[in-house]
Amino acid sequence: MTGESFVFHIDGVAVTAKPGQTIMEAADAAGIYIPRLCDVEGLRHQGGCRVCTVKADGRSVSACTQPAAPDLKVENDTPARNRVRRDLVEMLFHEGNHLCPICEKSGNCELQAMAYRLEMTVATRFPYLEPCRELDASHPDIALDTNRCISCGRCIRASQDVDGKGVFGYVGRGIHRRVAVNGADLAHTDAAVTDHAMSAAVCPVGCIIRKDEGFRVPIGSRHFDHGLIGHEIEEKRE
Amino acid sequence: MTDPRKARVATVSLAGCFGCHMAILDMDERLIGLMEKVEFDRSPLTDIKTFTRRCDIGIIEGGCCNEENVHTLIEFRKNCDVLIALGQCAIMGGLPAMRNAIMHAAEPLRECLEEAYISGPYLRNMTRLIPNDPVLPLVLDRVYPCSEVVDIDYQIPGCAPSGDIIYSTLATLLDGRFTGFDREDIRFD
Repeated sequence: MTGESFVFHIDGVAVTAKPGQTIMEAADAAGIYIPRLCDVEGLRHQGGCRVCTVKADGRSVSACTQPAAPDLKVENDTPARNRVRRDLVEMLFHEGNHLCPICEKSGNCELQAMAYRLEMTVATRFPYLEPCRELDASHPDIALDTNRCISCGRCIRASQDVDGKGVFGYVGRGIHRRVAVNGADLAHTDAAVTDHAMSAAVCPVGCIIRKDEGFRVPIGSRHFDHGLIGHEIEEKRE
Repeated sequence: MTDPRKARVATVSLAGCFGCHMAILDMDERLIGLMEKVEFDRSPLTDIKTFTRRCDIGIIEGGCCNEENVHTLIEFRKNCDVLIALGQCAIMGGLPAMRNAIMHAAEPLRECLEEAYISGPYLRNMTRLIPNDPVLPLVLDRVYPCSEVVDIDYQIPGCAPSGDIIYSTLATLLDGRFTGFDREDIRFD
């Protein structure tokens, strides 16, 4: 590919992209927020959660993995796209035990913040699956509550690609697929609280818990209490 | 033709902590203006325990964790034109629903009650018995959100909901111009 940048359109707005950039990378740079859960800056794209699904020339694609192309017409922030995203987020709420009032990630949780952004006030259209997975508090500095895991795989990629460890991995298939640790429990892995995989930015929900931090910042003063998820990207827009 | 009478409001706390009722007070001085438009019927705030007549708005705090909660909620549905679930417990079970996740054991309710009254590590229960007085309402198999028991018209999120979201919802409902929540105001905590 040559280095010539080109123009494509997101919701009618002209966006400049370089060859090889994904739709989401170009949108981020242009200050257009495309909702996402499994994608985070600094990790390779996975295209797993499908929350970033956009219509590109009429086809549904995940914006985090689909390369931008000259003259592409992308539909992003429309009622139809956001309705599909809300359904996806709602189903994630039904799959795990997402009891915000008791979760220490509340206010810093991307799943919760995405629900706010997509105006999901109640999740009651589907039955709750109510998983009953055991809490792994074996590690002295880290606890895992996989009942809150949304299988985004961010910890897997962070541990493999950044930390070079492979503490986490997927096990099972289909509805039974979930994130597991590479050992009997977390204490029997080489996980350390200083790993990138354990940092607050990697786990979007309250599954990876760094001990002794929980309520240092009170509810009401947390990250997403100061603005909708994605507002930092939107503020870059000229 | 507009009805000049005040809107009648009933409230109740089911499996809740009364925090949502406290949150109603967070409307602060706006309550004074609101009280010119509404009067309370059955409510812990008035200590009226049964409906004296049909109400326009019923506000429910808490989900259903025992049979009395279910009876009360059905009673509210029968006697209120508009039913509002106030707060996370009413909407999705909230804190009491933590017990739902352990309810996959062979005898889930027994296990839950035994830990609560007999085997839990921080207990001081001299009788070593699970309370079983006939006046106690029977505990349900799990905690149910209000909307799984009756039809709910509006659900105000929060734990507890802010005074702002309660006020804006009630004020716009009373004026007949409620169109949904401002997404900046939505909170689950």
